Amino acid sequence: MVKINGEELNIAGKTVAEYLATTSYDSKRIAVERNGEIVPKAQYGETVLKDGDSLEVVSFVGGG
Amino acid sequence: MWEVVDLIPTENEWNKALCQRHGEELQKRFSSATVAVCGLGGLGSNIAVSLARAGIGRLLLIDFDRVDITNLHRQQYKVNQIGKYKTEALFENLKEIAPYIEIETQTCQITEENTVHLLHEADIICEAFDNAEEKAMLTNLVLESMPDKFLVAASGMAGFGSANTIRTRKITSHFYLCGDEESDVESEGSLISSRVMLCAAHQAHTVLRILAKQIENE
Repeated sequence: MVKINGEELNIAGKTVAEYLATTSYDSKRIAVERNGEIVPKAQYGETVLKDGDSLEVVSFVGGG
Repeated sequence: MWEVVDLIPTENEWNKALCQRHGEELQKRFSSATVAVCGLGGLGSNIAVSLARAGIGRLLLIDFDRVDITNLHRQQYKVNQIGKYKTEALFENLKEIAPYIEIETQTCQITEENTVHLLHEADIICEAFDNAEEKAMLTNLVLESMPDKFLVAASGMAGFGSANTIRTRKITSHFYLCGDEESDVESEGSLISSRVMLCAAHQAHTVLRILAKQIENE
């Protein structure tokens, strides 16, 4: 199981890019943290999620 | 007859007053820090005022825009500064508040190409843009290419929602996010000065807590 934004999901083996494609996140407005480290945007396609991973997708909204 | 006298305090008096409030050890950390503020609108101008008052030694202020009449309801500018570059206007205002801190300005747009060059001297970087895509761009770029920097970003402070939903979250050891993470200016339709200032205060406070090394205790 992979913990994503606090929710346990059965998606070990998928890449970050494959996971994001199943969501409604706008890829230009997010930052992704995995196990305490930022996942570089260029590595979403090659970063494979493993059992026990903890992922957080931070999605920015406008205003400032 | 009135004599023209220099009424502003000396640098020694100013530093002594700060040490009285913060203690000498903490003030030393504040005054030896370099903090960058990226975007000088509702968030950035308020962050910069808080940090200048706290006696942060060196501020790097970056924005390409000029002061507009629609900015005055929430940004730290004055009517007689409409039309001026925000960098120049904020420089003037901060120098009236904190005459002895070092302030460097860059009047330009922050892009993927110039980010590292503009920010490499900062210890802590405040993301204070208004556009969501630019927020994400700066966040990813700083955390990917300058992993030793601390980044304090903001997301979600538009509208009339409760003040109590604005918060600070630690995302990684070097990445803090302030705001309610939901209230988008596009859907809320408004930016209210007090709520934007709350978020800016969260960001400025996080900067001071990082410098005070308080943050690891959370």
